[in-house]
Order: sequence, then C-alpha cells, then structure tokens
Amino acid sequence: MSESKQPQDGASAVGSRWPEAIVSAMLVGVAVMVIADSLRVGNGWADDGPQSGYFPFYIGLILLASSGSVLVGTLLKWRGENPVFAERSQLASVLAVLVPMTVYVAAIAFMGIYVASFFLIAYFMRRHGKYGWPATTAVSAAVPLVVYLVFERWFLVLLPKGPLEAMLGL
Amino acid sequence: MDEINNLLHGFSVALTLPNIGFMLVGITLGVLIGVLPGLGGANGIAILLPLTLSMNPTTAIIMLSCIYWGALFGGAITSILFNIPGEPWSVATTFDGYPMAQQGRAAQALTAAFTSSFVGALFAVVLITFLAPLLAKFAIRFGPAEFFAVQLLTFCSFVGMSKEPPAKVIAAMMLGFALAAVGMDSVTGQLRMTYGYAPLLKGFDFLIAVIGLFGIGEILLTMEEGLAFKGKHAKIDPKVVWSTWKTLPKHWLTFLRSTAIGCWMGITPGGATPASFMSYGIARRMSKDPDSFGKGQVEGVLAPETAAHAAGTSALLPMLTLGIPGSPTAAVLLGGLLIWGLQPGPMLFVEQKDFVWGLIASMYLGNIVGLFVVLTTVPFWAAMLRIPFSVIAPVIVVICAIGAYTVHSSMFDVVLMLVFGVLGYLFKKLRYPLAPLVLALVLGDMAEASFRQSMLISQGSLSIFWSNGLVGSIVGLALVMLCWPLLGTLKSWLQRPAPAAPAEGNAS
Repeated sequence: MSESKQPQDGASAVGSRWPEAIVSAMLVGVAVMVIADSLRVGNGWADDGPQSGYFPFYIGLILLASSGSVLVGTLLKWRGENPVFAERSQLASVLAVLVPMTVYVAAIAFMGIYVASFFLIAYFMRRHGKYGWPATTAVSAAVPLVVYLVFERWFLVLLPKGPLEAMLGL
Repeated sequence: MDEINNLLHGFSVALTLPNIGFMLVGITLGVLIGVLPGLGGANGIAILLPLTLSMNPTTAIIMLSCIYWGALFGGAITSILFNIPGEPWSVATTFDGYPMAQQGRAAQALTAAFTSSFVGALFAVVLITFLAPLLAKFAIRFGPAEFFAVQLLTFCSFVGMSKEPPAKVIAAMMLGFALAAVGMDSVTGQLRMTYGYAPLLKGFDFLIAVIGLFGIGEILLTMEEGLAFKGKHAKIDPKVVWSTWKTLPKHWLTFLRSTAIGCWMGITPGGATPASFMSYGIARRMSKDPDSFGKGQVEGVLAPETAAHAAGTSALLPMLTLGIPGSPTAAVLLGGLLIWGLQPGPMLFVEQKDFVWGLIASMYLGNIVGLFVVLTTVPFWAAMLRIPFSVIAPVIVVICAIGAYTVHSSMFDVVLMLVFGVLGYLFKKLRYPLAPLVLALVLGDMAEASFRQSMLISQGSLSIFWSNGLVGSIVGLALVMLCWPLLGTLKSWLQRPAPAAPAEGNAS
C-alpha cells in the first residue's frame, strides 16, 4: 500500500490531506443531519418509552465527536507531513473505470440492463483491452445473453429492460 | 452425548443428493469468487442471496456457506500463483507462498495451503459443534440488557483490536448505525432521517452497501494498482500431494497455535484478516529459523491459512448462538437468515434444530468437498486468472449491478451501490475500516431494539447495564476493549520522556 511512502514532490502524486479533510467533513455533515433529525422526532421519553430519536441522537453525537476529531487533527497538521493518497496516474485509471461505471448505471435506466451491459463490456474491451471487433462483440453479447437465461428464464427474476427488449417483445 | 446425536441427525439432513449438488455448486462459485478480484465472500453471497429466496432455507444456507468456504480456499490460489491476494485474509499467504511458486514449488505450496485451510476449518467446526449448544443454552436466559452488552462488546472489540486509528473505527461504525436508523422506526412507526425523500423510506439495505463497498470499491482499488496478471503455472499431481502431506504432521505445533489464534479472532470479531497476520507473525517469532520466512518457508503458508480458515469458520459461532456475526461475510449470512424468517440467536437451537444441525453437518462435508474440489481443479482457476482484467472488470461491474438491482428490484439501489463503491474506495485509502460499518448496518436495528427495551425496563437509567454480575462484567470487558488503544498511547506517552531509549519496540 502506498500510505507508508513518503510524498514525492511535484505533480505526480496527490496528498491525502484534502481527501482526509473532505471525507471527515462529510461525516461531520452526516452527524449533524442525524442529530438534527433526531431532535425533530424527539430524543427524549414519550408516554410509551423512548422516542424515535433517542438512540440515533447518541449515535449522531459519537459520530460528530469521532469524525470531528479526525477533521480537526487533519486541519491542525495541515502544514505537516502529507502522505501520498495516490499517484496522479493511478487516480486517472480509477476515473477511467468510475466514469464509464457512472454512465452505465445511468444508461440502465434508459436502455435496460442488457443493452447497457453490452456497451460497458464492449467499451472496456476496445478501450483497455485493445481487442478486435469480433472478440469484443462475441463477449459483450454473450454475457448479457447468459445473464438473461440464468436470471429471467432459470430463476424468474426480472431485470430492467429498455426499448430494444420491448421491440423484441420480451 | 447429545451433540453427537444431533450432529448425526444433521448429517441425515445435509446428506441428500440435491444438497450435495448445491454444495458442489457453492464451492465452485466460492472458489471463483475468491479467485476474481472485486468479488469476495461477503459481496458474492450478497449478490446470490436474492436467488436463494425460493429455496428451502437449509439448502440455501448450505449453498451460501459453501460459497464462503470456497472463497476462503480460493484466496490462496491467487496469492501463491500470482502474488495477488484474491481476498484480504490471504495477503499473509503471499509472503511465503509466492516465493515457493517462484522456486517451482507451487504445487507443494498450494497443497500445504489447502490442507491447512482444511485443518483450521475442521478444528473450528468441532469447536462449533460442542461449544455452540452450550453457548446457546447459556444465552437463552439473556435479557435485552445482556444482549445489548454483548453487542457493545462486539463493537468495542473492533476499536480495541483494529489496526486503524480508533477515531476512524468509531466513525465508520457510527456511520453504519446512522444508516441503519434511516427509514421507518419499527417501534413508533415514525420516519427518521428520510428528509422527505421517498426512496429512503425503506432505509439502507446492507446488501447494497456490501456489494458497493466490497465489490465496486475493490474494482476501483484494483484498477489503481493497474494489475496485469503474470502468474506461475501449476498442476497438482497426487504424488506431490502425498509427499507434502507426509511432511505436514511435523508442523503440528504451528497448526495448533494458528487454530487457536484463528478461533479466538473469529469468535471475537477480529476476523480472518488480522488472524492470518497475527498467526504468521507468531509462527515466525517462534520459529527456530526466522530468517527463512519470506523466502519460501512452508510454515509461512501453513500458519496464515490455518488461522484464516479457522477464524472464518468460527465467525459463525456467535452468529448462530447470539445473532452477532464475527465477520462481514457472517453478517451477510445472518441477513440471509432474517430474510428467510429465521431469527438467529439462542432460540434457533431449540426451534430450528434441523436447520442448525444441518448447517453444522454441512460445514464438515463442505470443507471435505472443498478440499477435494480445489486440489483437483487448480489449473482451471489459474487459467481463469489469465483472462485480462479489461474483460473481467466490466463483467464484475455488471454482476454487481444485477446483484444490487435484484435485492428490491429498484434502480435507486443500483445508484446507491455506486455511491457506496466510491465510499468504499475512499475509506480503504484513508484507513477507515469497512467491517465495523457493515456490522453496524446489519446489527443497528437489533442493537437499538435491545437498548430501548433495556431502557424501558429500567425507566431510562443506564444502571441496568451493571445491575447483575453477568451484564456488568460484559459491559466492563467492553469498556476495557474500548479503552485499549488509549492504553497504548498512554504507554508510549509515558515512555517518550525517557532519554536515549527509543521506545520503538513495545509501543503499539
């Protein structure tokens, strides 16, 4: 793992102080939301026992304290050492997966999971695997087909479908 | 001997032809899951859980637990042949396993790894067979305060035993509890933390979280490392197996030590991963020849594999008897029990005898089947890994998306899976542990219910948690675990002023 490495100067690496601060700030935000909503539904006692916010209220408090301490600790050491979070090239390859994944999830809603999966696998094989069209088409079509047979036919679990399936009358 | 009778009855439940078939399917799927990066025991089972809803619960749990055994076996294959741990608990296996493969002793290393996994699991199952009924009988008298105390102990142990910074362990855990509380409050029927957003009404399902955190998160991490699989070939022939087996009995002490570590770490929620590291470290320290470790020492494979498998198996002991899982995968299995309408806990041993003993019997059978399957099919799995990541990665994403969708047939869950994936990646990178998050998400409702019931009994006074010896000592132990890291900092802080002596050695 890269945590133990010393930071390398220049633009090749991203330090972990910003990610650290953002994640802990986000957790502080969650804590505030939990506490606020627990106060809304009531964190005390009703006639029939503890109210709905009774338990989450304390959860929120502990979350606030723990994530707050991480946030404050990060801010206090801001000028201190800044261990490597990831190399820039590494982050680029993470984004190279994350962006298509996000597009894929959005696409499922429009064209159904089968067609979207076809495009996702085809994209990866062409872009990252440098496969020829025959292999790409074969694999990308085979996987959704197998999924269809296993889920819809064998286990009778319905998966999201889009216009193509409607056209085929499935 | 009641247990023996029950166990024999369990074998009669488990040993039907369809069950053995599902066992084989489960083991095979499990090894596949263990071999592929991005799919592990926890999310693999989470993805397949919806498919088992139509099965009879005993058959379903036999298949799902066999997936778990298969995943435990499978992790070793990639560690030894490819120097890539397929599962976190097989990281320690790479230290000596891969050097052995490089020296052309891959078959020996694999045989040793599988056999020691088997031995570790077998000891843990024997432990479950005899300890579980006792524990269940004991726990049947537990009231809500005792249950909450045990849950408190579980969560405090995470703080005490994790390598991650305590504040981050607590934060991850509390995030899990907070997410578990979202949705309708089952006691008062009030909506909590939905902020008027309709899809949140049913709350966060831990299956989605598991698929995202472990599946998508793992893909992102793997991508970052830019893996190219370059592995050693291996074929195991019976002669090598036999000659390796002949050398194993002389390592009996390592086996015994590693099993003890594994069982302990499995029952307390340390989990398989720390157990394997600890066992490796101790084996090296106790060895007559510590320098040979890391260069292809068989013991360096035996120790972590035995401990990991023993921990993975014994994690089911508290899950069955107390309803508190010892590992994320056990947590997913527990979620499965709840979906099938079985309430885990002491009553399970009274009301669902067939189910419990069928499961325990299947643990014996599953591990025997597993050992046989992995020993005979290694070349096939090694070939599987030669499929480039550019094909494997999108297929795993597709599988995860389908798994997330099928839980509630909801598109929102697929989006949520993606969000959890990014969260899992960030948490892993920033050393927030994922296991307490998942466990808190699974146990959140139960912990809250037992806490509220205790408060109802005591009319809001916390003194109920030390109202009798039992609950008091559990809570006391929990507080000790919670303050454990503080003790460490205190010690190093006290030692720091001492001049000259670098307090490196024992300051943990």
